[in-house]
Amino acid sequence: MKEITAIQPQLHPALDNPKLQLAIYTATGRLVDKRKGTVAEESLPDYQELRSQANALKRHAIDHLDYYLELFQRNVEANGGKVIWCRDGKEVVDFLLGLAKQRKSKVLVKSKSMTTEEIHLNEHLEEHGLEPVETDLGEYILQLAHEKPYHIVAPALHMTRYEVADIFEEKLKIEREEVPEKQTQIARGILREKFLEADIGVSGANFLVADSGAVVLVENEGNARLSTTAPKVHVAVAGIEKVIPRAQDLATFLKLLGRSGTGQPLTVYTSFLAGPRREGEIDGPEEFYVVLLDNGRTKVLRDADKRQALFCIRCGACLNICPVYRRIGGHNYPWVYSGPIGAILTPQFEGLDKNPWLPHASSLCGACGEVCPVKIEIPRMLLELRADIEAEKAAKGEDKLEKLGFQAWARLMSNPMLYRAASAAGSWVLQDAGDGGWASQLPFFLNAGPTKGWLSQRDLPLPAPKSFRQLWKDRLRQPPSSVPVRQQDATDEGHSA
Amino acid sequence: MSREAMMASIRESLGRTPGQAISAPPEARIRIPDVDEESRVGQFLAALEALNARTFVAPDAASARQYVASLTLGKDALASNAPLLRELGIADLDGVRCGITQLDALREHAARCDLGITSADFALADTGTLVMFSSVEEARLISLLPPVHVAVVPRQKLLSGLDELFALNPEPARRSSSMVLITGPSRTADIEQILVRGVHGPGEIHVVLL
Ligand code: SF4
Repeated sequence: MKEITAIQPQLHPALDNPKLQLAIYTATGRLVDKRKGTVAEESLPDYQELRSQANALKRHAIDHLDYYLELFQRNVEANGGKVIWCRDGKEVVDFLLGLAKQRKSKVLVKSKSMTTEEIHLNEHLEEHGLEPVETDLGEYILQLAHEKPYHIVAPALHMTRYEVADIFEEKLKIEREEVPEKQTQIARGILREKFLEADIGVSGANFLVADSGAVVLVENEGNARLSTTAPKVHVAVAGIEKVIPRAQDLATFLKLLGRSGTGQPLTVYTSFLAGPRREGEIDGPEEFYVVLLDNGRTKVLRDADKRQALFCIRCGACLNICPVYRRIGGHNYPWVYSGPIGAILTPQFEGLDKNPWLPHASSLCGACGEVCPVKIEIPRMLLELRADIEAEKAAKGEDKLEKLGFQAWARLMSNPMLYRAASAAGSWVLQDAGDGGWASQLPFFLNAGPTKGWLSQRDLPLPAPKSFRQLWKDRLRQPPSSVPVRQQDATDEGHSA
Repeated sequence: MSREAMMASIRESLGRTPGQAISAPPEARIRIPDVDEESRVGQFLAALEALNARTFVAPDAASARQYVASLTLGKDALASNAPLLRELGIADLDGVRCGITQLDALREHAARCDLGITSADFALADTGTLVMFSSVEEARLISLLPPVHVAVVPRQKLLSGLDELFALNPEPARRSSSMVLITGPSRTADIEQILVRGVHGPGEIHVVLL
């Protein structure tokens, strides 16, 4: 119970803000509807087969990750590119700083990448005097506002056009503009200059294709294409789990990703990038680097079952459908990955003890598992993690009070005399204190501590003045004629009773 | 150094040893539907229209040229070096610049002009997609920097979809450093899920099917 009270201060601002609630609800609702249309039987009859294939491919690649990463590296090098292995964010920052120094460049254009959010790349580069510029419209708005992404696909999902107008007005010192088309044009103009000025383009990667040494980027705006075409250097920063065996497997993954993410059979641009510009090609980068990031992933691999969290292709479908995400929003999750996938990734990356409430923040309705295009068993993973957290507590002896409580409960429930006495006492105390209403109206001395935590999100009617046992006893004591005939009630007005 | 450390850590977690063989991967799933050319054309046009792209089916070279001419009239256009554009006489229309092979000149023109004209290596019928391999014939920036993109595609290049594309090109990296699939005009829905076209790439696409 301690855990739940601990998150309340963060949760309430989101829950109490009707505008924000409406924004989250509408945006995720639209994404849910669009996805539904494109994966329906009529539009994609082999959807379930594709999911199974995607799952099998991911499982195979992750189970043989060492093999596929080596193959990937060999092929990147054969294409004239380089692979940089980084254990953590610091190594990525050091690499990019070196590159910027060598190139004497200050501006880096970036296309959307959750992996670089993980390591706070922008902040670190800024500390060293560089100017990383986010070029995805949503990310650009967030960078101006100094906020982290609200959603893995739609980063500025929580913002209204009026808030965007405020941000542009304040940060760009321009006249107020509230029309999204015009706001987009403003950003386009500013970012176009940056694209043509920057020497280094940094992207993420949706897939790393082992048999081709290629990076695959999926997007709608064209900023990933520009970031990887205009500057002289392209650096893709990718988690090691992004590797897939063959280019042909994209026939499976691409059909699932756009549909699950935004309800598009294919996103506007899919770039398959294999190394720097070649002899005879007119444009494209002169240098091509793929940064392979660990940042905790090798640790997650250790658990043969739960490593399936690494299958995720970041489509966001599980967030959109999740009743918890839709209420508490993206910023209430402690790490960059929010929603159900965040709830299973975060404890595995950051340790079970850091946010033990997270796997509990689920109604276990199972919707996330049903929509996941790579069939990650998210609900089961949540349960496993809950069990792990309890096991860890027990190992540390932190569950003593709980154990005692349950022992007492067991005694109570197996001894009729004790039970009767306790329920009489309980009913007397609660009834007396609660004025016949709901448990949350209890006076402060009862509505405190663990009870308070529990009651903050739920409520219970208080016990009736007489328990069933008592009523039964009274009934037996009355002469038979005065007992109402229940059968009649049941047939005539049973439903309203 | 980090490579060795990461590899060691991966192998330890997976319980694998260096150089250990792998089990066979699941077979690649390629299913090419049997769609005749007429239906492909129908699907392609419908998909493009749903994406708000303009389409024009050209019965002959002259009408293709005429359609493109109507778009370039009074405009600055940049055409790729695709031989088809020369053959059709599109490369020498008024206001159309063609034949650039130097990066600096390309950047300068592509950033300034109103219209980029290209062909495409393939097109995908079911999704309305253009497939472009980067080469001396097709520069990447022409379909990217100008606000309008015009693509002239011969009917024979029309494939049923992704499966056929990857069946014909199992290893796209052998052919080029860059294969790009373009499905409709550049767009965003980042502000309140409102659809806006023409963010960083062209907001307007015309596909001329020969
Ligand atoms: S866990 Fe599955 S549904 Fe959720 S973002 Fe990842 S791939 Fe999509």
